[in-house]
Amino acid sequence: MICDFRPIQNSAFKIQNLFFEKAELQFSNILNQKKNFKFKNMVPSKVNYHRPSNIGEALELMSKFGDECKILAGGHSLIPVMKLRLADPENLIDIAGIADMKKISDNEKSITIGACATHADIARNEAIQKHAPMVAKAAGMIGDVQVRNFGTIGGSIAHADPAADWPAVLLAADANITIKNAGGSRTVDIDQFFKGLFMTAVEEGEILASISIPKTEFNANSTYVKMPQPASRFALVGCAVAVGGGMARVAFNGVCSTPFRDTNVEKAVVGGSSAADAATSVADGMDVMSDHFASAKYRKSMAAVYAKRALGEVM
Amino acid sequence: MKVKISLSVNGKSYERMVEPRTLLVHFLREELAMTGTHVGCDTSSCGACTVLLDDKALKSCTMLACQAEGHQVTTIEGMANGDNLHPLQQAFHEEHGLQCGFCTPGMIMNAADLLSNNANPTEHEIREALEGNFCRCTGYHNIIKSIQNAAAKMSAATV
Repeated sequence: MICDFRPIQNSAFKIQNLFFEKAELQFSNILNQKKNFKFKNMVPSKVNYHRPSNIGEALELMSKFGDECKILAGGHSLIPVMKLRLADPENLIDIAGIADMKKISDNEKSITIGACATHADIARNEAIQKHAPMVAKAAGMIGDVQVRNFGTIGGSIAHADPAADWPAVLLAADANITIKNAGGSRTVDIDQFFKGLFMTAVEEGEILASISIPKTEFNANSTYVKMPQPASRFALVGCAVAVGGGMARVAFNGVCSTPFRDTNVEKAVVGGSSAADAATSVADGMDVMSDHFASAKYRKSMAAVYAKRALGEVM
Repeated sequence: MKVKISLSVNGKSYERMVEPRTLLVHFLREELAMTGTHVGCDTSSCGACTVLLDDKALKSCTMLACQAEGHQVTTIEGMANGDNLHPLQQAFHEEHGLQCGFCTPGMIMNAADLLSNNANPTEHEIREALEGNFCRCTGYHNIIKSIQNAAAKMSAATV
């Protein structure tokens, strides 16, 4: 029996119901193997476990195993998915113990958050509270105490659940994502990072290393609000807004299958519209998600309501 | 391929060979025979499996035993000091903080995390902190009274 409070199962159903036909999905090979897929396994498949002591060793292991491995950090997205056998990697590479990757550093022009920083670490970081309040606020709204204690920002965005809280916040913050690979590292603009449901710009053999939040006027005046699914606390609608210095960035998660910035709303805000007026055009023309929690029409209405509230806080 | 893990549980060191896919909660219950930590929903929702890992509340159904390598785990079995109940356990007893008792170990471990960060939480703060713990007897009122009682006992003891 499927219960409503199981976020990972819900995600799985989203894949099955909405996107089963699309071949390039991360989990499609497993779903296809199991035509009569029943969510009954609650123990992961057999797996080998590796604990590299630095990121170089982790990258070596990744190039050795190719697509037969997964990176494990807090495990709060991956382990539930493995328990449902939606993922069954042969090898796990546990990077949670790599000290460099947990650091949050307060630089002159930005704050760099290591991919293995936990949501709880981020929520209580004073530099983040000061320079990008929406980042700290969203971190404190994810899941529950236990999840925030061990779930990591890198793990969450690499998993790219459309109803997670980080995507909208990082889109609004104009974050940069640093990805390491055998050849060195590369930086991806957040606008190019989320590619679709559970899909990101991180390629095979690469590790998401850190997230950089610029210290800008708009980030200093920012907030995140969400309408949580009553049991799972995943976002039915999540809206992050950052307004300042003649700029406005407004982003949503939970509304469409890929988190997005709403440039119509941003332009209205910059053009001098009130919060209420700017919010009327939220998600116009977008393919809004519909499921048994919220129809597309209701989600779109609620997205406007939450955008108005969020904009009201910062305008 | 089994791997060797060593970790401390309730102050005692253990070294065991485990299959990497073993969840921490199953390691505690089946390998160490500490069945005080319960498995409820098995989907990181209900909080019945909450233990402390380095003094932070964790849903032990959502961590592999090998991830706990080198860390300190505290379970409900580690709360009492001999025959003297921990103030939280005593308070749940006094305030009728349990009905069927299934959620109680998780409630107590999560409350221990809360009180270690906030010695005197408000009722609202307690309710927020218990967000990840379900009581299907719906006995939340008395659970909250129990935690308030324990907070008072523990603050009095440290003055």
